[in-house]
Amino acid sequence: MALIKAGKLVRDRWRFLADDESLPTEVSIVISLERWLREQSALLAWDAPLGIRLKAGQHPKAIAQHIERFALIALEFPKFTDGRPYSYARLVRQRYRYRGELRATGQVLRDQLLFMHRCGFDAFEIVDSDVLAAWCAAFAEISVFYQRAADRQPTVLELRHRRDPTGEGYTAPAQTKGTAA
Amino acid sequence: MYRYDDFDQRIIDERVSQFRDQVRRRLNGELSEEEFKPLRLMNGVYLQLHSYMLRIAIPYGVLSSRQLRTLAHIARRYDKGYGHFTTRQNIQFHWPKLAEVPDILAELAGVQMHAIQTSGNSFRNVTADHYAGVVANEIEDPRIYAEVIRQWSTLHPEFSFLPRKFKIAISGATRDRAAVKTHDIGLFIRKGDGDRIGFEVVVGGGQGRTPFIAKTIRKFLPEQDLLSYLEAIMRVYNEFGRRDNLFKARIKILVHELGIEKFTAMVEEEWADSRDYTATLPPDEIARIRTHFAPPAYESVATPVVGLEAKRFEDRDFARWVRHNIAAHRQPGYAIVNLSLKRIGETPGDATAEQMDAIALLADRYSLGEVRVTHEQNLVLPHVKQADLSALWQALARLDLATPNIGLATDIVACPGLDYCSLANARSIPIAQRIAQRLADLDRQELTRELRINISGCINACGHHHVGHIGILGVDKQGEEFYQLTLGGHAEEDASLGSIVGPAFSSDDIVGAVEGVIDTYLAERRGDERFIDTCRRVGLQPFKERLYGAH
Amino acid sequence: MSLAVVTANRLADGRVVYLGEQGWSTHIGKAAIADSEVVAAALLAVGQAAAVAREVVSPYLIDVAEAKGVPRPTLRRERVRAAGPTVRPDLGYQAEQEA
Repeated sequence: MALIKAGKLVRDRWRFLADDESLPTEVSIVISLERWLREQSALLAWDAPLGIRLKAGQHPKAIAQHIERFALIALEFPKFTDGRPYSYARLVRQRYRYRGELRATGQVLRDQLLFMHRCGFDAFEIVDSDVLAAWCAAFAEISVFYQRAADRQPTVLELRHRRDPTGEGYTAPAQTKGTAA
Repeated sequence: MYRYDDFDQRIIDERVSQFRDQVRRRLNGELSEEEFKPLRLMNGVYLQLHSYMLRIAIPYGVLSSRQLRTLAHIARRYDKGYGHFTTRQNIQFHWPKLAEVPDILAELAGVQMHAIQTSGNSFRNVTADHYAGVVANEIEDPRIYAEVIRQWSTLHPEFSFLPRKFKIAISGATRDRAAVKTHDIGLFIRKGDGDRIGFEVVVGGGQGRTPFIAKTIRKFLPEQDLLSYLEAIMRVYNEFGRRDNLFKARIKILVHELGIEKFTAMVEEEWADSRDYTATLPPDEIARIRTHFAPPAYESVATPVVGLEAKRFEDRDFARWVRHNIAAHRQPGYAIVNLSLKRIGETPGDATAEQMDAIALLADRYSLGEVRVTHEQNLVLPHVKQADLSALWQALARLDLATPNIGLATDIVACPGLDYCSLANARSIPIAQRIAQRLADLDRQELTRELRINISGCINACGHHHVGHIGILGVDKQGEEFYQLTLGGHAEEDASLGSIVGPAFSSDDIVGAVEGVIDTYLAERRGDERFIDTCRRVGLQPFKERLYGAH
Repeated sequence: MSLAVVTANRLADGRVVYLGEQGWSTHIGKAAIADSEVVAAALLAVGQAAAVAREVVSPYLIDVAEAKGVPRPTLRRERVRAAGPTVRPDLGYQAEQEA
């Protein structure tokens, strides 16, 4: 298992904590939604950074109220054909304005990276880390998009009509360009 | 018609490169078939009964002559010299090689065409009235919004892995020629207060295993809210559509199980919550797209057109063709010409490369370079001067494209069926051919009047048999092909699903059964009732008695 | 059990092929006929290895009856698949027989 963030392989500093494991003294644990719902007040009071992993079917509105408590939100793709986490990601980024790490986990395949990135994922747990360049090249395969999503890239509509997408001044896309596959 | 700008072109060019690389990775083993299959489906590549099959998008059925020539070239160079026009206004090639598909796509991109999302669990081709922009009494040209939706739905990152395929259709006239109510989402252009443009939105239509007529979710949606509202519907479907059962995964099942009131409430709530961050449709973009569909530079023609009446009087065959294959054009002195791809005894919807080239030439000479594809597997030349009709007819007759049967009994819609499709249980094309041969007599077809026969080779209903006036569903009974008859389906704004008449007929008996149904109609009809009118009035009983004997 | 052969589609060009002693052929007449579960399973395993090796896609077993030494598929779909579209005798394997 490897983690891609900003075009690089990075060490994963988070650890998933099983529901029946007690809270550790070390930091950076990821818990399930079930645990969060069960121990919410304790976890809110607890000091350390916290991550949460949602399965497909566990709608993020369940954590909306305290979303800023989480430094990491991991959304699981049970199969790469399950499209629910794409909607969850946009919701988390665009409606809840979440700024922490939004990680794709589960069956994450190279050919879905671009869609995931557009929906707001910024970290990707992948199985085959062999050809990082090929993975990163996936982000650059299509360079312009019709529809608005969670990334800050101007859409075709905005470029056509020269509109500022954010109202804050256009920022160059933070896309990484891997070496050509 | 819409012409790509640099952005549109860049997207399809990059898509070709992306797919070329995916094919390379499949052929060299980096991608397994399981990983590759959704990717090839998203580029219109099926693995079918005999070979791969490539479905190319013809957005809302509009083609330039140049594009049609390229399709002819592809048929010749990469396939077996013909193509098949489908019930969703697309074209299919039945024999491409996977290794050559990227080259085919590159050639298509050269003429602003693609095969993006013509398969797979995402948005499919947006279909529309094939008379859009040229028929009188149109509220607004639906192609404008079909193009808006095409762009918004292309490579949509949030909705590329839906529970199942998603089909949208739009109509801009009072008469629905796009079977809007049989779609996952259907749009009827409406006028609101102060003449503003909006849509009646219907959801949950569909054929297949469990057919439904779509229900209204919004009586009037203002134009500028089109995309944000569609996103709200899609988000509810993406979340709640079933992913555990392939046969219950369409939105029609979700709408049916929740009920339209609850579904509507969920969509309206989602729309209210998400309006600020989902898709927008600015007026300047609508205006920009609208300019592409401005009427062409028609000539000013004095009507009535001199000589046309005389020719009709002189030549009975020409008169018959005009009677059935010509539709009234909004521009004085012009006509909409239907090209029948239903020659008696041939495969419905098929055209050879030579025919395609010839039609492209005729389009240049007589139709301002434009052709349309209907969802009933025929073609249209939309901008023909009435003064040219006789010459055009003669040219079409030489190409076997002038069969005067549009809307009549031999204008049969048939899916490829077991001859081509690995999903099929029975053949459909030979049934269409035999029925057409039996019903070929033109005088009798005129007597029978408007009659829509639809044939599907399996329950997936790609032949749209549920909305056929006479619907035929091929089934397999212990290894033999049998055909179940339904009556009373209709695809227009007063849509209805056909009802099964009784036990299925053998391959030997089905043609006679169809004839029996027609005889019964002719015996029962009052005044100038069409088949569908008589059927709705008398119900199934007279037909049952004729087919199965009185009980 | 009845007789069976293994069929698949060639990966690169999609052609229908049948597994025989000499490898894959577009002609069902060259297919190796399995007359027992054991042989059928072994043939299918060979087919699956060919899929992994990227020669073919989706190998599977079909029931056949033997008719004058040539396997005749039980299912109509497979008969059409072996020969070509019934409405286009000029296409598919049936047309190549003359060549």
